[in-house]
Amino acid sequence: MTQNNAFELNRRTVMKLGVGAAAAATAGVNLSSEKALANNPAKSQSPALGARLSRAEGPLKVSGQARYAIEQKLENMAYGVTVQSTRPAGRIVSIDTSAAKALPGVVDVYTPQNALKLNKPTVYSKGGGATEEFTPLQDDVIRFNGMHIALVVAETFEQAMEAASLLKVEYEAGDAIVDFNDPKAKSQPIDAMAAAWGDAATALANAEVKVDVTYTTSREYNVPMEPHACIASWDNGKMTVWEPSQWVGGARRVVSDWLGIDIEDVRVISPYVGGGFGSKIGAHPHVGLACAASRKLGRPVKVSLTRPQTFTGLGGRPATRQNLSIGATKEGKIVSIVHESWNETAIDELHVEACNNVTKIMYATPNLSSRLNVVPVHTVQPGWKRAPGENPSAYALECAIDELAYALEMDPITLRLANWADIDPSSKLPWTTRQLREAYAAGADAIGWWKRNPKPRSMREGRELIGFGMASGAYPMLRTASEAKIVFHVSGQIEVLSGGTDIGTGTYTILAQTAADVLGVPAETVAVRLGDTILPRSALAGGSQQANNLTGAVDRAAKNARAALLSLAATDPKSPLAASKVTELTLENGRVRPTRRPSGGISIADLLKAVGRNTLEVEGNTFAPGASEEMKNGADRSFAQMKASLEGGVSAHSWCAQFVEVRVDEDFGTIRVKRMVAAFDSGRIFNPKLAESQWIGGMIMGLGQTLLEEGHVDQRDGRTVNANFADYAVPVNADVPGVQVISVGIPDFQASALGGKGVGEIGVVGVAPAIGNAVFHATGKRVRSLPITLEKLA
Amino acid sequence: MRPFDYLRAQDTAAAIAEAGKPETKFLAGGITLLDLMKLNVERPARVVDITRLSGLDTIEVSADVIRIGALAKMSKVADHAGVREAAPVLSESLWRAASAQLRNMASIGGNLMQRTRCTYFRDPGAYSNCNKRNPGSGCAAIEGINRNHAVLGTSDACIAIYPGDFAVSLVAFDADVLVRGTVARRIPIDEFYLLPGQTPHLEHPLSPGEMIVGIEIPRSAALKRSHYLKVRDRASYEFAAASAAVGIEMEADGRTIRDVRIAVGGVATKPWRLRAVEASLKGKTLDESTLRAAAAAAVEGAKSSGHNAFKIALVPKVVARALMTVGDIS
Ligand SMILES: Cc1cc2nc3c(=O)[nH]c(=O)nc-3n(C[C@H](O)[C@H](O)[C@H](O)COP(=O)(O)OP(=O)(O)OC[C@H]3O[C@@H](n4cnc5c(N)ncnc54)[C@H](O)[C@@H]3O)c2cc1C
Ligand code: SF4
Repeated sequence: MTQNNAFELNRRTVMKLGVGAAAAATAGVNLSSEKALANNPAKSQSPALGARLSRAEGPLKVSGQARYAIEQKLENMAYGVTVQSTRPAGRIVSIDTSAAKALPGVVDVYTPQNALKLNKPTVYSKGGGATEEFTPLQDDVIRFNGMHIALVVAETFEQAMEAASLLKVEYEAGDAIVDFNDPKAKSQPIDAMAAAWGDAATALANAEVKVDVTYTTSREYNVPMEPHACIASWDNGKMTVWEPSQWVGGARRVVSDWLGIDIEDVRVISPYVGGGFGSKIGAHPHVGLACAASRKLGRPVKVSLTRPQTFTGLGGRPATRQNLSIGATKEGKIVSIVHESWNETAIDELHVEACNNVTKIMYATPNLSSRLNVVPVHTVQPGWKRAPGENPSAYALECAIDELAYALEMDPITLRLANWADIDPSSKLPWTTRQLREAYAAGADAIGWWKRNPKPRSMREGRELIGFGMASGAYPMLRTASEAKIVFHVSGQIEVLSGGTDIGTGTYTILAQTAADVLGVPAETVAVRLGDTILPRSALAGGSQQANNLTGAVDRAAKNARAALLSLAATDPKSPLAASKVTELTLENGRVRPTRRPSGGISIADLLKAVGRNTLEVEGNTFAPGASEEMKNGADRSFAQMKASLEGGVSAHSWCAQFVEVRVDEDFGTIRVKRMVAAFDSGRIFNPKLAESQWIGGMIMGLGQTLLEEGHVDQRDGRTVNANFADYAVPVNADVPGVQVISVGIPDFQASALGGKGVGEIGVVGVAPAIGNAVFHATGKRVRSLPITLEKLA
Repeated sequence: MRPFDYLRAQDTAAAIAEAGKPETKFLAGGITLLDLMKLNVERPARVVDITRLSGLDTIEVSADVIRIGALAKMSKVADHAGVREAAPVLSESLWRAASAQLRNMASIGGNLMQRTRCTYFRDPGAYSNCNKRNPGSGCAAIEGINRNHAVLGTSDACIAIYPGDFAVSLVAFDADVLVRGTVARRIPIDEFYLLPGQTPHLEHPLSPGEMIVGIEIPRSAALKRSHYLKVRDRASYEFAAASAAVGIEMEADGRTIRDVRIAVGGVATKPWRLRAVEASLKGKTLDESTLRAAAAAAVEGAKSSGHNAFKIALVPKVVARALMTVGDIS
């Protein structure tokens, strides 16, 4: 077993790691991670951007003044409740609505027999904004257990609920494929997402050391605190929807598709979102029902899914299975990776969980083959859950690497460094930045990695077995050009406007910081308006791209605004500075002044007053010069303009190294995570407090995925029987240990305009393998399926 | 939810009279009742709110009994200094139950009356086959997902777990349930919970309108040296995968077990007293191997339904460890 003193680094590694980290690696202990870093974490030079500000909208939220979608009070509101199927397949023969309709307060009941018309929306993969094509009530086919088959509308929610329970549904049975272990299930290869180089099969066959393993993950659900719940209001040919959304432009497109109306006649409003984690990128079918009912009834209709209904009203992360074989030399050089994955998808729709996203870029292997498959089953169309693809990909890969390390009797970090990829092994393009060595060094140092005894089941305290585990991961850079607007008011108010949404991540805060930074005003004085399709166009808050997209756009807008202010001051005859040249003026601390005169000048508000203007509106965007309206709309309501990680001949990703210490009760098999430490390379950090909160949140989500979360599917009828928060357990405070996060990123201007990389999703990548590896270290037992519940250690 | 009438009882007699009428339920903290009403499992036409009745929320610790009023809040009892001193197991089984918010609302009487968490029982829209809800309709759980179903005390009609914690302690220490209806009576706690047999819809021997007014727990040396161990996947706010309420009293030699009490939860259709294990330990020397050997008998007669097989292996370990804790064996 390689201990710290056997930690061998080649010369290049030492140079790249920096002297401190190399010292840490060889001496092992007592080295502060500060010193270990060749490049210190990105620190902004500017006062506002990079500051550790609290969330701007926080006080509104904790005092109940922030109105979420269904908290809007509208006149004459009706309440819609969906009814979900209790069979997995087959056909609806009839639905008897008479008892429901006889109840007081019931307005109408819609079923496939008297359907509300909904057109099929265009899904994102075909250029639209929808995450599923499924449109309820349009036919009598049962596609999964828990599918919407009716909408009951009543004067109150309680009346609608009671009426919903009275529908009598007659089904014709159908043959169901309940999950991907069903013998009837057939997999379909997704060739376009396969990866291959070299001759992986031969290299594997000839490898000196091999691991050959299968890892599986369960169905997981996003379950944000705010359930999926909307209000649709049809008024005079126009539709307004209050919908908790990660992407108002996309939702707007979907609503226009569903209703067959011009997109300009749709407005989607989403100022506050109580979490989404990917599940609020697409407007889901119940929103279509709300819209269609509102149009039919000519009154606002509110439809909130109950918590149980959210488990099948939209999909979570699909169950996955991965076969992974890694071949290496005795010295620990990987010679081949052979990978194949399967994920569940809806019976007539396609969701691919890209389980090779991390597998194909982490390590320098001369040979690799990876194939992805989907398995259509009778389930709700699965969706995106934080780091879709990367999360399961890193799970299998990083557990298998740990297995390989034990097979080679080598330290897992040493093994990873021995297979360091100098360039992206998949695309053969150079990385933009990859501070992953720094992450290994900082994380190892913080958790005390080199002090552990690496032998499995060698550490204990009382009746608890102690385990340390680590894993790493990546998340690709996605980018979409966006717009923003700055409005100066004569009152002195400065507004930043964007259609982007704040899903609890801190968009309000960092956009104020970005504008404040350029304009030289305190961030607190900048008001940000978000989440409305009447505001400047923005791509989705998803794929960890929005902070970079919008800080870029706001930075441009603010710089344009600064130029506009100086020009106004210099050129408007009524300006007190009219005698100056633009080039001789400076905007500082919110005042325009001659550059040579350090004090004095005129405040922005006074300038507007002097020139007789109420407002000054200035736009900015990150589109290429000359971008057409069509391109700008494409960026806002489709993925057409989204740039992936390989844009511009470089390979851009966020990176992480996760470390955990677990305690496993030797009698009960209960696992408690004692400490979590992670080091992240997310490039430049716009607000450390908010970034840390995202990372920590991701790590806790990973903890839940690893130890608790699993949809239980009844094999007889495909029903998710634990569709509630008592039976689908997510971590509570008592499960969450001390969590330490460390930023090792440096500004990466190839990755984004202001040097940031993705923050939101990388936190959940690598947690499951780190915990799984720690459980192996603690117990000597390798559990290769999630979640690792106590019976698996029995 | 079915529309219902809400009545607030002025005194206990009126509450009992009202609750004796058809389709009527007492409403205490509402944690179980309102939950099940929203799920359409309970569909009362009337609820009688008893939370304002006076004199039913007292906690008294006297020389030989602990008496707790039915309306005492779980959190109040858990924090009560006298209870913690005389009966750690009672306090521990309460504060390890549910969440802080729920414990602040929930009453002791309501806690005893909480119903099973069987997911099929709780999903009447999808499963009509539940003998507990619809006598004679079958049991969806036996061949379904049954990780959290009972391995002890089951029948071919129902394998639903009694999910609570506090009652497990009460069963270990021979509490009585004090009931008032047309007459006042006292029901030994072990008889208060019925085995499912062929009648899983019958859970208690209460007649309509009968109200729990309190519980009485006799004090003992074993109660003073007692402990509640709750094992579960999640560290808090989860029902037990398996739990044990235990207490011991030692002979003067400090090594020999004079008295021992053991009941287990999270594994049986009712709070499950392990009298045979107790008997086998009395007079024995307290050490780990003796405890582990005796605890092996805890699952005598246990029956797995599939996913819950792990409980059979878990119970003896939980029993042994709980006893080791009270026996100061680290
Ligand atoms: C998410 C969740 C987690 C939970 N976790 C746990 C746990 O870990 N451990 C645990 O032990 N419990 C747990 N519980 C159960 C909880 O402790 C009980 O729901 C609660 O104690 C019920 O008390 P209540 O006063 O709210 O009863 P209510 O809901 O008001 O009443 C429950 C039933 O008892 C009847 N009733 C009430 N008072 C009387 C009386 N005086 N006489 C006769 N009948 C009466 C009512 O008519 C009703 O049928 C949990 C509950 C929830 C919802
Ligand atoms: S176990 Fe009991 S409560 Fe659950 S479905 Fe079967 S009969 Fe009903």
